[in-house]
Amino acid sequence: MTSTAISVRDLSKKYDNRLAVSHINFEVPLGTVCGFVGPNGSGKTTTMRMLLGLITPTTGEGHILGEPIEHPEKYLSRVGAMIEGPAFYPALSGHENLMVLAKLGGFPIERVQILLEKVGLGDRGKSKYKTYSLGMKQRLGIAAALLPEPKLLMLDEPTNGLDPEGILEIRALLRDLANEGTTVFVSSHLLSELEIISDHIVMLRKGEVVFAGPIGDLMAKQQPTIIAKSLDHLDLKKIVEIAQASGHHAVIRNDSVHILAAMDWAPELNKAAFNAGITLAQLAPQLPNLEETFFEMTGDK
Amino acid sequence: MFNVVSAELRKLRRPTLFLGTMAAVVFFSGLFSALLFLLIDSPQGNSDRGQVVGREVLGLATGGVQGFSSTGGFLGIIALCVFAAQTAQEYTYGTLRNLLIRQPGRLRILIGKLIAMKIFAFVMIVVAAIIGIGTSVVLAPGANVNTDLWFTSDGIEAIFTSFVNVTISVVGFGIIGMVLGLLLRSPISAISFGVLWLLIIENLLIAVRGSLQNWLPGAQLNAIASGGTLDLAYKNALTVGGIYVGIGAIVAAILFVRRDVAN
Repeated sequence: MTSTAISVRDLSKKYDNRLAVSHINFEVPLGTVCGFVGPNGSGKTTTMRMLLGLITPTTGEGHILGEPIEHPEKYLSRVGAMIEGPAFYPALSGHENLMVLAKLGGFPIERVQILLEKVGLGDRGKSKYKTYSLGMKQRLGIAAALLPEPKLLMLDEPTNGLDPEGILEIRALLRDLANEGTTVFVSSHLLSELEIISDHIVMLRKGEVVFAGPIGDLMAKQQPTIIAKSLDHLDLKKIVEIAQASGHHAVIRNDSVHILAAMDWAPELNKAAFNAGITLAQLAPQLPNLEETFFEMTGDK
Repeated sequence: MFNVVSAELRKLRRPTLFLGTMAAVVFFSGLFSALLFLLIDSPQGNSDRGQVVGREVLGLATGGVQGFSSTGGFLGIIALCVFAAQTAQEYTYGTLRNLLIRQPGRLRILIGKLIAMKIFAFVMIVVAAIIGIGTSVVLAPGANVNTDLWFTSDGIEAIFTSFVNVTISVVGFGIIGMVLGLLLRSPISAISFGVLWLLIIENLLIAVRGSLQNWLPGAQLNAIASGGTLDLAYKNALTVGGIYVGIGAIVAAILFVRRDVAN
């Protein structure tokens, strides 16, 4: 039995002359929550479509739950997915929309109401889909993805349009599913969201993987930052000069200086600042979060 | 396959679509048959394009289904619209990706959809037949049309033959609609193109060059519904119409199976 839920090697997709996904390689271990990160147009949705058999790769190979992606019929009955937002028939109710998919997939129709309850649509299941708010549509999309009791759940921006309470609920739901053994492969532009729930990260930029692996490994690779604030704003430039003189990269952001340096250099900075007549109001370490790490690695900011 | 048909029927039985279509079928099949008898003495004619169908013709064994047969082309247009809309909307709503994730057998989806829509069309034809023949039975005495032969063995055979012909024609129109839906991927474009072609462009072409009637798809399917016309033999219509529908269906199936679903 395979230990990976998703495995891709040299996977590419070319549209006319544009390479949407370029020779990507990554693996997602079974039972993990894997965040799929990348700016708009980086190839996330195209990759997901290839993994679901919706589009044919130009080169490369992939396996889902041990089965090759050329034969989606061998694994899709164990996969739940919501790609590029929810898509349903506006004139049918949420309940009827799920019934269509349940019938199509041969799933027990009793699951429809259970799933509507699970995503908080129990009392609105009979309303037409076109009357739903964006958040409700998103919840229905997640319910549809859960119809097959999936071993692998692939969600594209599942928290889009959800209010903070809804985001918390979906986060808890995904974590619960992972605890029950479901592998969750989730893309989101809300990197802080993914940082909280993910064990693994696959980072895409311009169709290429820039990182794939455990989130801990990614963070460990990043240099810690020292945040320094002075009582007088005019001193911020002097702090930057002190840091640069010691060979550290430093920039002013808002009312503080961000210096790429380990915390054990902080006493030296404090001393140098004192000697320069600067009174520091704050000197604190800051470990990079996923968002900063992402921009650091992709050089997009 | 049963799952696909069952899922598709769920969509087709929604009240606005099902009852709306059936209401149109009841109204127009009743109207077509009623006009045959109500305008029987009108100098402008009582049938398609000002033709006169007299008491002698309506009194034959085939007289009872005359109205129903002439509804065939109209039923075909309805089928074309329904089949085109049901197919193309999967692209515009983005629901095709849901369908393919739950049922990756693309040909199975296509055939399942076609079977479900054929069932829908069949119900439509049954309703049209009941209303068309019923209206004829009710209005014939008032128009002094003799109905003695309508329900003899020859009359029953005429009803059966007409029903089969209308069904072949309507399914043919429907498949053309489905092909247009798959090719154009937009209900509005598919329906507009189909209706414009069948109701206007074909008639203009035939008006300019009459011999084109033997080759244009709408003319063939209309002729099949009527069991052949004076200008267009039934066998010829069945052959040419079958070729159109067959080639269209094969092209659409290949496209559907091979094309990336990128929306």
